[in-house]
Amino acid sequence: MAKRVEATNVNAYYGSFKAIEDVNIVVEPKTVTALIGPSGCGKSTFLRSINRMHEVLPNARVEGTLTLDQENIYDKHVDVTAVRRLIGMVFQRPNPFPTMSIFDNVVAGLKLNGVNKKAVLQEAAEKSLRSANLWDEVKDRLDKPGAGLSGGQQQRLCIARTIAVEPQVVLMDEPCSALDPISTLAIEDLIFKLKDRFTIIIVTHNMQQAARVSDRTAFFSIERTGDPGRLIEYDDTQKIFSNPSVKKTEDYITGRFG
Amino acid sequence: MTLLAPEQDVTAGSLHTKRLPAWAALATAVVALALSAALVLGTGIGNWVLVVVLGAVLYLIGFWLAANAVEGPRSARNRTWSALIHSACVLAILPLASVTWTLISNGINRLDGNFFLTSMNNIGARDANGGAYHAIVGTLEQVGIAALITIPLGVLGAIYLVEYGRGKLSLAIRFFVDVMTGIPSIVAGLFVLAFWVLIVSPLFNNGQPQYSGFAAALALSVLMLPTIVRSTEEMLRLVPAPLREGAYALGVPKWKTILRIVIPTALPGIVTGIMLSIARAAGETAPVLLVAGGTAAINFNPFENNQSSLSLFVFSQATDSSRFSPDRAWTAALTLVALVLILTIAAKLLARRNRLTR
Amino acid sequence: MGDTPPRSVDASAGGPGAHSTRAAGAAASSDGPTDNNGRGGGSSLPRAKAFGAEPAFRGLTQASGIMVLVIIVAIAVFLISEAIPALRANQENFFTFNEWHAQSSDPRFGIAAIVFGTVLSAVIALVVAVPIALGIALFLSHYAHRRIATWLGFVIDLLAAVPSVVFGLWGRSVFIEPVRDFSVWLNHYFSWIPLFGGNGPFGNSILLGSLVLAIMVLPIVTSLSREVFMQTPKQNEEAALALGATKWEMVRTAVLPYGRPGVIAAVMLGLGRALGETIALAMTLGSSFIITANVIQNGGVTIASNIANGFGEADDIGRGALIASGLVLFTITLVVNMIARVIIYRRREFTDVAA
Repeated sequence: MAKRVEATNVNAYYGSFKAIEDVNIVVEPKTVTALIGPSGCGKSTFLRSINRMHEVLPNARVEGTLTLDQENIYDKHVDVTAVRRLIGMVFQRPNPFPTMSIFDNVVAGLKLNGVNKKAVLQEAAEKSLRSANLWDEVKDRLDKPGAGLSGGQQQRLCIARTIAVEPQVVLMDEPCSALDPISTLAIEDLIFKLKDRFTIIIVTHNMQQAARVSDRTAFFSIERTGDPGRLIEYDDTQKIFSNPSVKKTEDYITGRFG
Repeated sequence: MTLLAPEQDVTAGSLHTKRLPAWAALATAVVALALSAALVLGTGIGNWVLVVVLGAVLYLIGFWLAANAVEGPRSARNRTWSALIHSACVLAILPLASVTWTLISNGINRLDGNFFLTSMNNIGARDANGGAYHAIVGTLEQVGIAALITIPLGVLGAIYLVEYGRGKLSLAIRFFVDVMTGIPSIVAGLFVLAFWVLIVSPLFNNGQPQYSGFAAALALSVLMLPTIVRSTEEMLRLVPAPLREGAYALGVPKWKTILRIVIPTALPGIVTGIMLSIARAAGETAPVLLVAGGTAAINFNPFENNQSSLSLFVFSQATDSSRFSPDRAWTAALTLVALVLILTIAAKLLARRNRLTR
Repeated sequence: MGDTPPRSVDASAGGPGAHSTRAAGAAASSDGPTDNNGRGGGSSLPRAKAFGAEPAFRGLTQASGIMVLVIIVAIAVFLISEAIPALRANQENFFTFNEWHAQSSDPRFGIAAIVFGTVLSAVIALVVAVPIALGIALFLSHYAHRRIATWLGFVIDLLAAVPSVVFGLWGRSVFIEPVRDFSVWLNHYFSWIPLFGGNGPFGNSILLGSLVLAIMVLPIVTSLSREVFMQTPKQNEEAALALGATKWEMVRTAVLPYGRPGVIAAVMLGLGRALGETIALAMTLGSSFIITANVIQNGGVTIASNIANGFGEADDIGRGALIASGLVLFTITLVVNMIARVIIYRRREFTDVAA
């Protein structure tokens, strides 16, 4: 189910502006990897490069090699939609489809992939919602609009929607930054649980969160505004937070900069 | 484990999909056109237009089949819809190009001094000259008077909606302003016909209904008012509240604040809206036809006797049987379009320089 | 900013609510209509004047606003008052009779044929224009390169500004040729379909009028739909893409459902325009008062084109009869526009909640 993600010499651009430079990283299956760093350091850009969402923006492009179990996802013969189905994404702000019910939101990805049998969809919806720790809260109102849920519930609905298509990697772009502390805790529990089945890469601004949920942590930073972001240090989370080998990481962790 | 059917389940090593090569589209197009030409011309059921149309349909079907076979149904659907969306644009460009081309190529035939300096007075069916001077005068006067009526009314109405209006009354006004933008121009013409020409004007004219340029201006006002209120309202709402509050805090009364601070700030946007509505009014034919009466002679007085207008001139010349009238109609149409488009483009350029909307 | 002085809250010009800051600001002015409760005693502030510049200005703006309501009501009242004499004199049923002989001696007229022609031409125009308009709107909002989209959007806006008399002229003298050829072709191969039957002559037909109308409605529907498509939240589009949707699937899951109420409203507004269009149809239709499904033979008449064409030789009763038909048109377009506006207003509330 889960797969290894490997980035080699990855650069990403917005037009002529280089947002990240020369990122090399290996993410092992069934682990949680946190990407941390100051604002504008390119951690979200890198995350979006992993499932080719970066190129959705006008004039944005990626150079280098990004592989999913040895297969380069930027190969020109690769089907973008297949990449995105295998590498799901949860966004910063909960974004359920406003015109769809809770049920339709969860199975939206399956329907796109041609699954139309009602029984199959129902089973998948229940499974995903249970996995997302949301089933008990919404099972009686699956036909109500997804936009009617609370922010935290909406975000778990989006996670359910993402895992319903059985991806191998789940990317999360600051999934808790728009949520209150209790909802944040619920999402963190969920991440811990999902680790058994998926490779998870999460961008977060919150260092405590990175320390709580992740096995490995990658620290990104920039020299000055306008410079590209770089991967400064990548190691076990425990090591990064207790005894980082790069001075800059230590400064950031201890709050002396960033 | 997986819910997806085998062919849809993307597993390891299958990120790669077969892609339709770039030449496939061209090849499909050539084959479709050839097939269509053979079919249409071979059976003799149509000319080259049908060849192109049938060719396009065959192309879409062929392209869909090819993509379906090579890339799968989802990608085929994606490509076909994309092709359809692009062809919608081509389809819309065709009449636009035709209108532009015929307007210019036919319009320049009479684009001479005589056209702009003479009227149609005493021009018979066999006279090649004659012009639109009287019509241009009529359009300018009617639109000018309509603007004089509607600009203060519209701007004040918008001020009420934004600055003073509360509750049901302003909601009703706003709703009916929107509804009023959809009133057909001919209905506005009929209204002024019923109200002004048939009921009010006889009071000043010895009991006889009086068609006039002023009546046309009234009808145009009915059409312009809602658009001016709407656009002004939108602009006033964009004026930041702190600007008003700054003035209030200095002890400036509300009405003075509105006139001295709010209106000048929103002015470029308001002027844009006014110009667009003037442009629209200048092109209206139906209300002028009903209440201005139409004439071949020059009449500078908008309050007495019939007047013409450019659009009415186009209409009457287009339906005239003289062999010289089509040229006059086209040149007048070209003049009218030039007038309207200059106003519209100027308004849009002004809108671009507007600080509030940027 | 929101430091409302308690003294004047109950008396501020606008009353409480979302704009209380502004009203509070007015309270600071000396001759605003603020202190009319006059708080007796120690107050040295001047009282608000009942007949000052402020109430005068306010009254002026209010009167201007009310003008809109007055005009709407006046339109209905004056059309009805002018129509009644003609309707009284009418020898036939106004709603079911399909011919138009409206003159002072033996007036017989009815709206059956002209309402039929109005609805038929407007419906055909929309059937042709709406799919193309939606295609262009999607092209402009999601498919085209940004610079092309801006340029093409500008051209579409200009197209909307071209006066209808110009389209009428073009339709009558240029577009009629291909339409006539097409009609002859249709008649030759498909005369077994009632729509395309008949023995000619062809050309000045409902088909020509509807196609010209379609070209005129196209820019309105396009620019309104483009606007709602562009408002689709980026995050929903990204959500669809991140699930592995193709571009078209993204449009179908995120853009179209979100834009649907707006598109419906745009179509209704286009319908209102098509129903009321006068001059272009007066110049292209062949004017016959026969109710027939045949769209390619010379003929066809709409309420508005009948008014424009028949007005010249109408006498008192004739004018009244035309005004009566105009009243019907007014009612139809009023209903269509009100439905469109209600849809738009509902949608506005919906998006406000979602935001």
